[in-house]
Amino acid sequence: MSTLARSYQGAAGAAGPLLFLERTARVALGEWVTIRLPGAADRRGQVIDAGETMTVVQVLDDTLGLAPGEATVTLTGEVANAVVGRELIGRSLSGAGRPLDGLPAPVGEALRPINGAPMNPARRVRPSEFIETGVSAIDGLNTLVRGQKLPVFSGPGLPGLELAASIVEQARAPRGEPFAVVFAGIGITARETQGFLERFARSGALSRTVLFLNQASDPTIERILAPRMALAAAEFLAFDAGLHVLVVMADITHYCDALREIATARQEIPGRRGYPGYMYTDLATIFERAGLLMGRPGSVTQLPILTMPDDDITHPIPDLTGYITEGQIVLSRELHRKGIFPPVDVLPSLSRLMNAGIGKGRTVPEHRQWADQLYALYAQGREARLMAAIVGEAGLGAQDRRALELADRFEREFIGQREGGRRLPETFAAGWRLLESLPREDLTRLSDAVWEARPSAEPPSSPAAEPAR
Amino acid sequence: MTTAPATIRRITGTLVEAGPLPAAGLYELALVGEHRLLGEVIRVQGSIATLQVYEDTNGLAAGEPVISSGRPLEIELGPGLLGAILDGLGRPLPDLARTLGDFLVAGGETSTLDQERRWHFEPGVIPGQVVGPGDVIGTVEERPGWPHRILVPPGRGGTVLQAAAGDFTVREPVVRLTDGGTLALSHRWRVRAPRPSALRLPDDRPFLTGQRIFDFLFPVAEGGTVAVPGGFGTGKTVIEQSLAKWADADIIVYIGCGERGNEMAEVLNEFPALTDPRTGRSLMDRTIMVVNTSNMPVAAREASVYLGITLAEYYRDQGYRVALMADSLSRWAEALREISARLSEMPGEEGYPTYLASRLGTFYERAGRVRCLGAPEREGALTLITAISPPGGDFSEPVTQACLRVAGAVWALDPSLAHQRQFPAVDWETSYSEYLNRTLPWFEQEAGAGWGDARRRLLELLQRGRELKEIAALVGPDALQDEDRLILDSARLLRELVLAQSAYSPTDASSPVGKTLALARLALALHDAARTALGAGRVFERLDFAPARRALIALREAGADAWPAAVPGVEAAVALMARGEAVR
Ligand SMILES: Nc1ncnc2c1ncn2[C@@H]1O[C@H](COP(=O)(O)OP(=O)(O)OP(=O)(O)O)[C@@H](O)[C@H]1O
Ligand SMILES: [Mg+2]
Repeated sequence: MSTLARSYQGAAGAAGPLLFLERTARVALGEWVTIRLPGAADRRGQVIDAGETMTVVQVLDDTLGLAPGEATVTLTGEVANAVVGRELIGRSLSGAGRPLDGLPAPVGEALRPINGAPMNPARRVRPSEFIETGVSAIDGLNTLVRGQKLPVFSGPGLPGLELAASIVEQARAPRGEPFAVVFAGIGITARETQGFLERFARSGALSRTVLFLNQASDPTIERILAPRMALAAAEFLAFDAGLHVLVVMADITHYCDALREIATARQEIPGRRGYPGYMYTDLATIFERAGLLMGRPGSVTQLPILTMPDDDITHPIPDLTGYITEGQIVLSRELHRKGIFPPVDVLPSLSRLMNAGIGKGRTVPEHRQWADQLYALYAQGREARLMAAIVGEAGLGAQDRRALELADRFEREFIGQREGGRRLPETFAAGWRLLESLPREDLTRLSDAVWEARPSAEPPSSPAAEPAR
Repeated sequence: MTTAPATIRRITGTLVEAGPLPAAGLYELALVGEHRLLGEVIRVQGSIATLQVYEDTNGLAAGEPVISSGRPLEIELGPGLLGAILDGLGRPLPDLARTLGDFLVAGGETSTLDQERRWHFEPGVIPGQVVGPGDVIGTVEERPGWPHRILVPPGRGGTVLQAAAGDFTVREPVVRLTDGGTLALSHRWRVRAPRPSALRLPDDRPFLTGQRIFDFLFPVAEGGTVAVPGGFGTGKTVIEQSLAKWADADIIVYIGCGERGNEMAEVLNEFPALTDPRTGRSLMDRTIMVVNTSNMPVAAREASVYLGITLAEYYRDQGYRVALMADSLSRWAEALREISARLSEMPGEEGYPTYLASRLGTFYERAGRVRCLGAPEREGALTLITAISPPGGDFSEPVTQACLRVAGAVWALDPSLAHQRQFPAVDWETSYSEYLNRTLPWFEQEAGAGWGDARRRLLELLQRGRELKEIAALVGPDALQDEDRLILDSARLLRELVLAQSAYSPTDASSPVGKTLALARLALALHDAARTALGAGRVFERLDFAPARRALIALREAGADAWPAAVPGVEAAVALMARGEAVR
């Protein structure tokens, strides 16, 4: 786009978050617009339909009291840009990039279009470097790797944000390389924001974090911008400044609701449950911004958090997310009720990049078998639990009874963990303790070699092996 | 064609209205805006044409120029395609990286084939010879061991004036005709039009996938079509990739349609390092990738499946057995829906345009085993394996339904199996194959007699197992007769040891049909042996399956050459069981 700024007196109309202009010259799609009204702060908007006879602007600020006839509308000649740079680290900004911390607006090192551009798939590096999160359910069974996008599927009242916060605090890069956190708060409440910030401040994570906060009380449409601002900042930190960046975005559900609200205002044909038909593509333009690039040292890893309405995993928001991301960490209300933290249900959880990140030279050689075995027994135990609810435990076969008992212990002792996180060896030890409590014949997934080489089979002097309870 | 001084009138999303373009024809290409973005005419009304733009339209402004090209969306076909990584429009992604950098910004112009490279051409025709459509006029060794047959393009022909061996670039004339025309190593083809063939052949040869559950239970014929519907994380992509690696095909075209960038990185990382067991060469040598990830422009996503199938047809026409993997057709359908909505067309079910089913039908019809057009006589096949991503995993939605109506085989994936990590997570009750009876003679002949019997017995046991499981859920397994508990156990063993197949196993990722049959037959024999033992008075609780299980695992995990050596071990364990000696 090469046009200069042009101002127009009076707009043709307004509806909801939309403003209509007539007879604009050379207006560009995505062009940034400012709207000035006497006695009011400037509002900003973006061109979403560019035409010679009629142009539609999506207003990003509250449109309450916006009188279109009185407005001075300026087409800036720019697309939506974000100020990016290392100096953003430690700053707190609004979803649209305005300072919230009382400091002057950042000058930055570059201006980048917030929408970014797709990474050339042929330039991507396949993600394979293990990130230790300190959470056994993740490190052991759903391993996260650099450059992955792994969302947390939470439910109303479930501790999705707390899980994300503890991952941010505990996350360790394999070789202690420089890293940063970018947090995009999307439509979250002041209380949630506060809780998150306090934890960050306490652990010292705040000094490595860029915050983009769009709170529940902020304009809905700013929610569309916040994750993109955050990702533009993250991409610079990763691919220009060489940092390993973890991007936490909460709550994607609010983002999708904002998308629906705008689609409705534009009178678009609604898709499933009223969400627009292009929501898959739209979400993909956010989630696909995770990854690594050849010849560039940094990485963008995403940890989006969403709330499954009604705990329903088939709802379009978790469904479309799961179709785009590389797995999901699913929280369970049942485990939460039992007081288990983090309440991760490992059965529907999955990390699709796990295989590339584990094994010899990365975690431990037997990681896969160990995980498969725990997983298979837990799945069997859960099935036995359902059956026992009808026929009673006594009606189960002996092996099912053992699996059932293991499932209970697995939830309490392996999934459940205290504050502070577990190092990887502790995670493996916790798993082995459970496996060793069963007869060898139940461990059908373990090869003899792996069984014989288990940590506690080493000489008895090894302090790592705690006795099975 | 006319080149009118047209300008952009309106831009909404990826659609652009431009005019005056009174002579614009449907599906012709135009260059849109100052950066000359590629667009395709999809509606003409008076002098205003509506274009779908294949690139990012942000920043495009009303008033910018539009130039009509008068040509439809085409692909240049010729040597140099094997190993290529193309975007949905046929632009090599590595070339775009050189001109645009690591990120795909709009406006990269580049050709599909390398225009500098010289190929050694050996003519197969002599002066005076009459050639017609599809005739092989000579060959180029595209990759070591891969003769690329140079064809007279459909619709062309004449009498050869001159044909000489030599080194040529793809557009240089290699054969001159008496009418003054020339033929080159490459020719262009419009991607939306199927390439013609001489005759459709019956689909009675199996397309071997190397996956036990497919070859054994739901086989697909060469030239057949498969729909693989499944919710997220049920294993569609792993299936597509496993087949791309191990299936018995000469050429693989892999379309990543609206899916993940990292998955493409995985393929690009793995394939060059893997060797094709049949040729001993890198798998990338037989693979063409068409990549339009979910965040790349949707209009190009819509075009990408046509590009991919045209490439596949082109190698089929040379007489190769080609397999096309499309992951996922749902993303193609969604692109269609997005474009249709922007055109304000009357929506059909769930907002999809009413022509969804007919477009899908035409696409599937491009598969088949054929006698190729032209001389010498040769056969080619195009097998189509399409992933489908139903929203919420609900198969009643329009895209899945439309695909089920036309596909010859359905491999239905079930999230509950995936959650139990039973992979491939194929629901054997709802999956089916129409190629079963026609391909059975081949299996009986080549894999071993008894294939059909073993298949039938295995399915029966699974079925009985499922019924008993429902009963056991009500009364408890302890309340079942020993005979029934055995069936329950055997059904589980069949699922876990015969049908399950880990894509990550270094030795079992692909299973030769002989091994597939051996595993199934021995697992069934174990069941029979245990029944014999029960008949002789043993109690189920005391039967010890562990040695037989271990032997079966050893057989399953034995590689393509090593497996026959593992058979006696299983046979011994089965015999022990039959004698009633496998007890605890
Ligand atoms: N044959 C297999 N062997 C081992 N693991 C498998 C197999 N098939 C699937 N998986 C596991 O399931 C995961 C998800 O599979 P995949 O990515 O193919 O799902 P998908 O159906 O393509 O999902 P989406 O629709 O979201 O793309 C894999 O990452 C892998 O962990
Ligand atoms: Mg997939």
